[in-house]
Amino acid sequence: MAAELVKNFVGRTVPAEVNGKKQVPYLGNGKYRPEGHRYGPPLVCAEDYPADGNKVVPNLKEALQAAGLKDGMVISTHHHLRNGDLVANEVFKIASEMKIKDLVWFPSASFPCHAEIIKYLDDGTIHHIEGSMNGPLGKYCSMGKMRGTAILRSHGGRYQAVEDGEVIIDIAVLAAPEADAFGNANGLHGPSACGGLGFGLADSQYAHKSIIVTDNLVPFPCIPMQLHGNYIDYVVVVDKIGIPEMIVSGTTQITKSPDRLLIAELTAKFIEAAGLIYDEFSFQAGAGGTSLSIGIYIHEILKRKGWRARWSIGGTTKYSTQMLEEGQLEYMLDGQTFDHNAVESMDKNDNHYAISVFHTYDYHSKGFYLSMMDVVVLGATEVDVNFNGNVITHSDGLLLHGIGGWQNCLFAKCTILPIPLFRNRMPVILDQVTTLVGPGSMVDVIVTERGIAINPLRKDLIDKTRHSGLPIKTIEQLKAEAEAICGKPAKPELEDDIVAIIKWVDGTVIDSVRKVKTK
Amino acid sequence: MTGKATAGNTGSSVRSDCFVSLEITKTGGIEINLDSKVEVLYGENIRQECRKVLDFYDIKHCLLEVIDTGALNFVLQARLEAAIRAIITTDKEYLPEMLAQNLYSTEKDRYRRSRLYLPGNTPKLAINAGLHQPDGIILDLEDSVAPAKKYETRFLVRNTLRALDFYGAERMVRINQIPKGLEDLEFVLPHNVNLLLIPKCEDPEQIEVLEEVIGEMKHKYHIEHPIWLMPIIESALGVIKAYEIASSSPYIVGMAIGLEDYTADLGTQRTLAGNETFFARCQVVNAARAAGIQPIDSVFSDVSDMEGLAANVQNSKQLGFDGMGCIHPRQIPVIHENYAPDVSEIEKAKKIVNAFIIAEEQGLGVVALGSKMIDPPVVKRAQRTIDIALKLKKIDANWRDEFLKED
Repeated sequence: MAAELVKNFVGRTVPAEVNGKKQVPYLGNGKYRPEGHRYGPPLVCAEDYPADGNKVVPNLKEALQAAGLKDGMVISTHHHLRNGDLVANEVFKIASEMKIKDLVWFPSASFPCHAEIIKYLDDGTIHHIEGSMNGPLGKYCSMGKMRGTAILRSHGGRYQAVEDGEVIIDIAVLAAPEADAFGNANGLHGPSACGGLGFGLADSQYAHKSIIVTDNLVPFPCIPMQLHGNYIDYVVVVDKIGIPEMIVSGTTQITKSPDRLLIAELTAKFIEAAGLIYDEFSFQAGAGGTSLSIGIYIHEILKRKGWRARWSIGGTTKYSTQMLEEGQLEYMLDGQTFDHNAVESMDKNDNHYAISVFHTYDYHSKGFYLSMMDVVVLGATEVDVNFNGNVITHSDGLLLHGIGGWQNCLFAKCTILPIPLFRNRMPVILDQVTTLVGPGSMVDVIVTERGIAINPLRKDLIDKTRHSGLPIKTIEQLKAEAEAICGKPAKPELEDDIVAIIKWVDGTVIDSVRKVKTK
Repeated sequence: MTGKATAGNTGSSVRSDCFVSLEITKTGGIEINLDSKVEVLYGENIRQECRKVLDFYDIKHCLLEVIDTGALNFVLQARLEAAIRAIITTDKEYLPEMLAQNLYSTEKDRYRRSRLYLPGNTPKLAINAGLHQPDGIILDLEDSVAPAKKYETRFLVRNTLRALDFYGAERMVRINQIPKGLEDLEFVLPHNVNLLLIPKCEDPEQIEVLEEVIGEMKHKYHIEHPIWLMPIIESALGVIKAYEIASSSPYIVGMAIGLEDYTADLGTQRTLAGNETFFARCQVVNAARAAGIQPIDSVFSDVSDMEGLAANVQNSKQLGFDGMGCIHPRQIPVIHENYAPDVSEIEKAKKIVNAFIIAEEQGLGVVALGSKMIDPPVVKRAQRTIDIALKLKKIDANWRDEFLKED
């Protein structure tokens, strides 16, 4: 446990070794340049696969056995079925019954529905998780109950870790709402339709063995082929891979909270006043309550000006779909599809195009889309007076969220964080973030209901909005305003034990998460 | 003195509040059990604050349980004081500091287009209310507060008046119906309230009684700023006596109508078309105008129907109302937008204000537009129309250029 600790480029203390593997501390962007070649899975020969293309095996247990499931393996899953996923829990239930130990779960994200995984962490089936930790799993990890150290990565960082060979996936178990017996698959059709399957791309390409699990087997060819059967070893057909109403919401609703709407409105006004929006611009706004309403305000501005956005990346919903259909958006690149309208749109509209995190976010590729993007709107649990951002822990130190694409999105030309100044007495702007997930040099604007703070590094934005009439303040002023209302918060007391590390997009360690003190 | 009392709220939907349960005992010292959502950040702070309040009331032995959902200090103080004073008879008040930015008074004829109602006992709704820029914020002691909660609400409303930033909105309190509402005044008047809403008003005598008490208290607390009054007409009798009420005091700045109670009094139901309330609304507008005060319309209760609200406001403006109550912050911009002057009103106002400026420049005592003389109140109203139009960016700051060019 007592690993050597080093201070990284942003002044955070991080371990030099985690789970027995050497780590590189964050050195600053572009400073860490690993050499060599991309990782490659073992060579295979088509002779070893059925010539008739039928890779169906009777059940998941037999598929896992055929894939050679054994102690200590890395098992990956994707999160396109979100909180309705039935597959990941099933994998570890089988492994537990087979008395397999010390697995590493490598999901692209976890959800509250994966609370069952705690059972398999407790019984030794799983050693640790490398991936986002949401709700109950985050709490479990924060309390120091996981045997290994958790490793959290961004969506782009997950692809990078796989292609670098930092994580070698032994078995990928890929849920697919539609698939053929050869292993071609998509997320567009069937009872568990979820849209794209981009988060499973790295897994299918790099895993030693890949299993498709579907509840909707169609005759070859399964079109479109979002995942290609040429990478797939086995296909399993089950009754149900997910709970439809938990996979996509029937109706995505914009927030009704007047305070959030106020923040959204201010954000949109800032985007307009700073000249960030123009004909043919590009943007990313997520599907969270505030982001969704910012999208609607952006839509209104474009309509009013007679402009059109050239491209966006989503998190797609019925609202962004509307923008595409009404002509204010030309191309919608889709990494995750959030509601029925968006799933249908992806199926029917050629300009609604499924992409993966490789294209949008991967730092160890020959460029990635996000660096070309004009405006990206992101959330945060905390920021500090140096504009550093935290998205994974709360101010009491508990690990409760994943990184998602947050770090990757910081590479956009302008990153805006619309956040409330305090949540239920908890101030959001601190002297120092509890966990540093993104460096302040990459965060440009913070919009709160009580004012907007612009990073002093962005003199251009400060100049452009000086006479806008918007409530522009310094971040210190905003922090003081919150403390005048809420009082000065105490710092959470944390143990020395490191329960998780946070990777930066290049595979280096940007911060570590400490165990929460229990009473 | 020993005894038990509780105050505050708890439950799954409660936030920014706390529930205190206090038992004052004879021995055993002070025991505080805190269950707080913000324990890590503010646990010690909360315990300290509790000790301060207990000490202020000289309580040496008690068992205090606090269930906290992120209450700000002034909320915690109000809850604890309410519980203590339910056990101990005392006039001592534990007052949070009055924010300097809340010490403003208001003009008789300021805008009162939107007045945001806040249930007096629900702190989470109050914290950001001023940010939505309503013309007025109403802390309600009346209908939105359950009878059993009236007592503790007074402490919270008092502390809210002192410690919560109103961001320039007119500071209003709806007291209970006179005479019961008179008991509320001790908690409201000394804390820089700008305006009192007087519900279910149906007789000028109620105003008279109220004014007498206000006069005494103004003297007692050395209050010099005006405390405006706005009676609410909510019954058939009130409608009949509207003019008498409207003209019963120089402090009355507006008269509002409350249609839920009024339609109940008539034995009918409120409809979207509003035929059943047409007479009452006209009567209130007419009485208010006759008395030289602002007629204020009833709230529009479907908070999700913004189009319905816009149509309602346009209709209200056409009937002669100057403003209305609102029950959700998102209604505020819709109300402001639709009470705003339309193009023809703005054009007319431009001509009048221009004529006034020319008359001033030429040192003329009388303002004339063509051959028509313009009275000072008309000029004033036109000036206000121009102000609103400027504020809503419906006209440019240099709107007079077109007139100068013509010259």
